[in-house]
Amino acid sequence: MALIGQNIIPPDLVAKVTGRAKFAEDFRAEGMVFAKLLLSPMPHGRVRRVDARRALAMPGVLGILRADEVPRANAPGEQALTDEPKYVGEPILAVAAVDETTAADAIEAIEIDIEPLPFAVDPLDSLRAGGPDARLDGNTIRFGENGREVVSMKWPAEVFRAAEAEGRLPMGEPTDEWEMGDLDAAMGEADFVVEDTLIHQSLTHHPMEPRSSMAYWENGKCHLFGSTQSTGRAHGALAGQLDLDPENLVFVGQYCGGGFGSKITGSPVYLVTALLARKINRPVMLRINRYEENYIGRGRPGFQAWTRMGFRGDGKITGIDLYIVQDHGPYGRSGDYFTASLVTHLMYQPDAMRFRGITVYTNTPPRAAQRAPGGAQIVAMLEPLIDKAARELGLDRVEVRRMNLPGHDSTFGPARNRTTSTFAREALDIGAEKFDWEEKKALSGRRRGTKVTGVGVGVSPYVGGSSGFDGLLLLRPDGKLHIHQGIGNLGTHSFADTGRAAADVLGLDWEDCAVVWGDSAQHLPYSSVQAGSQTTHAHTRANHAAGLDMKRKLQEVAADTLGGAANTYTVAGGRISGSGGAMTFAQAARRAIAMGGEYSGEVLPDDINDVTRRSAEALAGNGLMGVARDNFSHEGQTWSWVIGFATVEVDTETGAVEILEYTGSADCGVVVHPRSLAAQIHGGAVQGFGQARSQKWVFDPTWGAPFAHRLYTARPPGILDVPSSMDWVAVGEPDPQTPVGAKGIGEPPVGAGSAAVTSAVADALGGRCLCRIPLTTDVVLAELEGRPPPHQLTEIHS
Amino acid sequence: MAIIRDMIPTFDLFQPTDIGEALRLLDEHDGAWVLAGGLDSLDWFKDRIKRPETVVELTGVADLAGIREGEDGGLEIGAMTTLAEVARSKLIRGRFPVLAQSAAEVATPQIRNQGTLGGNLIQDTRCWYYRGGWPCYRAGGNICYAGTPKSMNREHAVIGQNRCVAVNGSDTAGALMALDAWMVIHSADKEREIAAADFFLGPDIDIERMTVLEPGELLTAVRIPGNWAGTRQYWEKVRDRQSWDWALASVAAAFDESDGLIRGARIVVNGVAPTPVRIGAVEEFVSGRTADDDTGLVAGELAIRGFRPLRHNDFKLPLTRNLVRRAVRGGALAGAAE
Repeated sequence: MALIGQNIIPPDLVAKVTGRAKFAEDFRAEGMVFAKLLLSPMPHGRVRRVDARRALAMPGVLGILRADEVPRANAPGEQALTDEPKYVGEPILAVAAVDETTAADAIEAIEIDIEPLPFAVDPLDSLRAGGPDARLDGNTIRFGENGREVVSMKWPAEVFRAAEAEGRLPMGEPTDEWEMGDLDAAMGEADFVVEDTLIHQSLTHHPMEPRSSMAYWENGKCHLFGSTQSTGRAHGALAGQLDLDPENLVFVGQYCGGGFGSKITGSPVYLVTALLARKINRPVMLRINRYEENYIGRGRPGFQAWTRMGFRGDGKITGIDLYIVQDHGPYGRSGDYFTASLVTHLMYQPDAMRFRGITVYTNTPPRAAQRAPGGAQIVAMLEPLIDKAARELGLDRVEVRRMNLPGHDSTFGPARNRTTSTFAREALDIGAEKFDWEEKKALSGRRRGTKVTGVGVGVSPYVGGSSGFDGLLLLRPDGKLHIHQGIGNLGTHSFADTGRAAADVLGLDWEDCAVVWGDSAQHLPYSSVQAGSQTTHAHTRANHAAGLDMKRKLQEVAADTLGGAANTYTVAGGRISGSGGAMTFAQAARRAIAMGGEYSGEVLPDDINDVTRRSAEALAGNGLMGVARDNFSHEGQTWSWVIGFATVEVDTETGAVEILEYTGSADCGVVVHPRSLAAQIHGGAVQGFGQARSQKWVFDPTWGAPFAHRLYTARPPGILDVPSSMDWVAVGEPDPQTPVGAKGIGEPPVGAGSAAVTSAVADALGGRCLCRIPLTTDVVLAELEGRPPPHQLTEIHS
Repeated sequence: MAIIRDMIPTFDLFQPTDIGEALRLLDEHDGAWVLAGGLDSLDWFKDRIKRPETVVELTGVADLAGIREGEDGGLEIGAMTTLAEVARSKLIRGRFPVLAQSAAEVATPQIRNQGTLGGNLIQDTRCWYYRGGWPCYRAGGNICYAGTPKSMNREHAVIGQNRCVAVNGSDTAGALMALDAWMVIHSADKEREIAAADFFLGPDIDIERMTVLEPGELLTAVRIPGNWAGTRQYWEKVRDRQSWDWALASVAAAFDESDGLIRGARIVVNGVAPTPVRIGAVEEFVSGRTADDDTGLVAGELAIRGFRPLRHNDFKLPLTRNLVRRAVRGGALAGAAE
């Protein structure tokens, strides 16, 4: 029986539940000392003077690392330490000492003089004429003659005056725009038009494990222990940043207590640990606490948006006009707002659409991808508007969604992209059946005392796979298949699950396989980043390719040993059997070592990546090697879907929202690991519930100071905010553009959970979209009571 | 001086095993900090905003914990009794369910196992400006950062503001005030009892303290008289999430009822002012009336008279009004299903 599709116990489970698993913070080295960071107390400033004499004279203090000692970053990039901090909490310098308390005391003993600079925490403040720029070189990034360039953009006062007069989002000159079809004509055909200003908060990733790291140097080689989503790619990135040959960096990241996009290839702060360790020539541990994690741990960009959507009487969407102002933080370039426009076009398939957007730098912590970046925000914002139209037109809300969803042949976005497969309607249908939509929708508006029921549905697509990476397998002389994985172990099981694609090709039991992962010294192949739901797709393919390579070699080894034609040999159950007899995998592995050449990895394919080549060269001669690049065809973009269904009760006297039940229905191709898929659909939904209901950042606009920097003030959901009844189902149809048929599924569950709740809450309120996320008690109650909204129309950090 | 957070500095720790020793230590060490469950204290220490040189930890003082029956049908509860014990005590649940329920909704199971009744009562406010180490009135400065027109004050006070707009965050405080409880306070040389209603201080009286406790004093026990035992009691807390969250507003109430009428009532709201607020006007209004929604409706309106919202917390007016209404009529689900 094929392993793909079966539940397995992942190889890291026992270590995790028994506490044996070593996360970055658990490592120790002889002579290890501790470091602490000095964080910026102000949202934007320039360090004029640092007097560390008193700190450095303290007993036990070993050294200091300053901004001029870390790699420089080109604008708008981020340095590991800076003398021009651009948000409260940005690391300015680090101090090492024999213990953590001494290091903290030393930080306190440092005299630092910082010149305050203008700052902006609300993007719209920065866009006003005369408004502050978050960066010295500007407040946005756009595509200019020399590629992407940071510029300062201000909108005329008239833009703001008009917006205020009309009670909507100000919309001046964007940095990005595209238009498809004739929007005016499409709107002209609409029987019903919704128009709203929509707000979505920024929120921190807050993985359970903060980004602590430990490093030491031996003979010019750096050993770095960190938390990452993608071991191999973190190794490459960090080696580059440290200006080291890859073989001079050993990176260990075997366990990762969550990343959600915030630890795709490590973290800038790991450079501080490594460079401080080199400078003082001692192993250094830099533990990051929850407070620090809030600042340097990345966040999802918030949106201030406006949309106008036209609907025909039968529910077909004729036109969409979408404007997004993205709250960016001070560094880099997050594409959430642009991706949001593509997601919108894909899921609603309007006859015509215009997108305009601008990303605005703010003096708030850096943003990064967070599980379905752009997608999770926009679906939660727009789905209640579909409900509004359906209610107005007297249509079933699931029907309206089905009518507008794409099929296999649909295109989307200005480049008219195609998908590899789209089973969105199927997912909608089986989800509606599992949830019992027909029965449940009758509960809409039901009163139970002061509580009113709302039923919601949220569609959430996201990119689900890349290709072109390598698989690396070694059949050891004991007959055990070692599956080398450069992807990370962030709790999704894919580091193990995708290896089963190789085992299936070879007909091996899982007990005969060992997954090798998490340590660059273990010879890992070139892998995708474990982000953007790439892994399941990319590495079932890569391992399938390597499995086929190994299968061919096993047949050839058997034929060479036993006689007969290689293609007459079958490979299964740990044996190669054919016309000349049979041999075990263990025998074949030993024979391959004797044969040498490509069989033992002495000769390697030309098209594999250098990373894989180095690893394969190191492993050569130790068994029968299967190594190959994924060259399978991959036409079109791979997208996965989750449709969420939720029932909520809103207490009309308190504004409290209780989520009573949730069902998530996925199109993710072939189901690789049912239990793990359930964990993704449910876990992502829970993250979405927090996004929709409670979690946010808060900044004081006068001081640029953050407040929701603790877990209890940031308010991610707790288990009591999760419904006791959660269900899932998957279409299971294979994607035709990948040999195993599996697509990634990490991203879309968040938006599905969030959108199902925003849709259900709007339904409970009689179809009124509050157009503000999160839907906290105050927002809901103010609406129910007909009182002034607790937040100004475009306020985004309140 | 640069700022460091989430890193406890060193201090001298004393761990007495009886009350006398604890009081002597407090008397001998000026500025000694009393540590109970640590949920409030350790946050302050970790952020290095409060940095006492001496800490007296009470966990080892067995006499400070436990629930004892009083002579009048009441109860005396040691200040070091954990919130979990208060929540599950059959005696408390039977006589004073409002207290048990309020304790059961504090934070999380772990925190209730560690946190104590006394600690919950005397906890410092969670105003995030103040907790963030801002030099505000409460911290000895001369400004309130939370009360300006642009401040982030969704969780702040709607009544009782007096330069400071922070709120009292204790769930059990309202319940004990509604039960006419007494706070038993010891110091090295004296013992006193203070009514719960007089125990909590607003900024109009002392802007830097939340209670009447003086340096060197210890809240040793809470004494609940028997007069409200067995009456109809009501507790409700509204928060943004269902665990580890302080109340946006809460109501604690006790009603003496007979012949279908309310004969006497105690109604206390919290999370809306620097102290728990007993609403005498409502208590007076409901006396002699039936405990129904009509009474509750007027009671709710009376309850929020004089409430003055800040920039972001207007919602606390309808919330408090509705919680009082529910307390009077006896629940969230009044009225038949439609």
